[in-house]
Amino acid sequence: MQLQQMYQEIILDHYKNPHGRGLRAPFDAESFQVNPTCGDEVTLRVHVVDGVVEDVSYEGQGCSISQASTSVLTDLVVGKPVDEAFAKMDAFVELMQGRGQIEPDEDVLEDGIAFAGVAKYPARVKCALLGWMAFKDAVSRSAA
Amino acid sequence: MTTTAAPLDVAALRADFPILSRTVRDGKHLVYLDSGATSQRPAQVLDAERTFLEQHNAAVHRGAHQLAEEATDAYESARARIADFIGVSFDEVVFTKNATEGINLVAYAMGNAATFGPSASRFALGPGDEIVITEMEHHANLVPWQQLAQRTGATLRWFGVTPEGRLDLSDVDTLINSKTKVVAFTHQSNVLGTINPVASLVSAAQRVGALTVLDACQSVPHFPVDFHALGVDFAVFSGHKMLGPSGIGVLYGRRELLETLPPFLTGGSMIELVKMEGSTFAPPPQRFEAGVPMTSQAIGLGAAVDYLRVVGMERIAAHEHALTAAALSGLAGISGVRIIGPADLVDRGGAVSFVIDGVHPHDAGQVLDSLGIAVRVGHHCAWPLHRALGVPASVRASFYLYNTLDEVDALVAGVREAQKFFGVA
Repeated sequence: MQLQQMYQEIILDHYKNPHGRGLRAPFDAESFQVNPTCGDEVTLRVHVVDGVVEDVSYEGQGCSISQASTSVLTDLVVGKPVDEAFAKMDAFVELMQGRGQIEPDEDVLEDGIAFAGVAKYPARVKCALLGWMAFKDAVSRSAA
Repeated sequence: MTTTAAPLDVAALRADFPILSRTVRDGKHLVYLDSGATSQRPAQVLDAERTFLEQHNAAVHRGAHQLAEEATDAYESARARIADFIGVSFDEVVFTKNATEGINLVAYAMGNAATFGPSASRFALGPGDEIVITEMEHHANLVPWQQLAQRTGATLRWFGVTPEGRLDLSDVDTLINSKTKVVAFTHQSNVLGTINPVASLVSAAQRVGALTVLDACQSVPHFPVDFHALGVDFAVFSGHKMLGPSGIGVLYGRRELLETLPPFLTGGSMIELVKMEGSTFAPPPQRFEAGVPMTSQAIGLGAAVDYLRVVGMERIAAHEHALTAAALSGLAGISGVRIIGPADLVDRGGAVSFVIDGVHPHDAGQVLDSLGIAVRVGHHCAWPLHRALGVPASVRASFYLYNTLDEVDALVAGVREAQKFFGVA
């Protein structure tokens, strides 16, 4: 079943019980990102201390893919040095843009590997990347 | 809507549309419910384009060779048939790239009016003038007017929408006033299906001497429309939403207005006399068709209009009415589904948008897609409308002459399937 391939249980779990949701202080930068084709949006804050991502908090509305992917993001990057977090982001972006041809590394992406099936649906790749684009933008602002 | 004509023979008609017999997503029969975005094309339209290109292709309105003559005749014949289809004269039909370009043509031409001399003064806008639109507009009939207001200093105002998805006309007399220069609105909402009261908006505009611009993208393809009878000043629609090619649209303008409206795009074909010091312009519609135009697309749209005529617009409207009734009652029977737009069939066309509690439209669309059902998800280029109705996005099924009651049943079953999949049934 194609549908189950795309909507892995892990994704549905994160969608129904998102991790790290809610906007918190302190934070160093905030980014608002929107997907203009569907109206999905996320506001995401980062708190970076001594080059380590101390906290990521967010609010948003959107489909299961965009919401679950942002929830997975917080698991992957909180507590990690910024360059390690960015390496994970690069791996996730590569997976999503791979049209389903890339074998994800579970050691790097953990629950993020569940999104491998989403990469086969080009129209949904933007959904999966929405939170990550906000993270990238917020971190770059926090360094400014 | 009632009609005495025989109902459509949908099975026979579907045989004209090659794409409708294909399968999608691992062998599922295609259920195409996205004609509000773009319609499918019958073989008659594809054949007309191919025949033109194989036998008569040349740049129209230039050259004196035989092909140029034949191409020009075919192009102008298409214009005449399209004009007849919408109840107007051939020289009131301007070919554009699409409806969006048609609206931009009017908005930019009005923006050019202030510096075009006294003949164009009735189109000029400035600070203190007002442009009136509605909150249910497609972005194509919204952003160009926002931009025109910004360029000229005019003020943009708009009609709100009731919770039932109708225009809120309670303040029509204050909204359309002596400062109003343009009233632009949609004939039928691409999201809600609502058919707006053109006659009362036109008379309100005429009372104050304002121009009317009608977005007819969702009306001309679906029911009989006569722009002269409606009394609008300008109207636009797109070819690809009415069985025709993409890359061709129509701007209708009342002849006396097109005769004094300043040009938008300038260059070849649209001139009368060109000197280094300045130029004069051709009469309409050529004045608004700069450059070598889309030709096979116009021929294709002519063929689409011929096709719609033979089928009969009254019969198409009656057929879509039955499909819409079935969809509204089928979806209303599912707990957790809310229709965005009129729940009844009064002044309502075949676009049915809805939200499902606990299932985001994108996710619902994905489940439907896995069943072979193509719908639109998102805000359908009407973001302010969705905001006004308090939903970020919706699922839209839109019907056309080739859809069947079985396909409506498939949609309803698919929505239940989506609820089951996401555990909200």
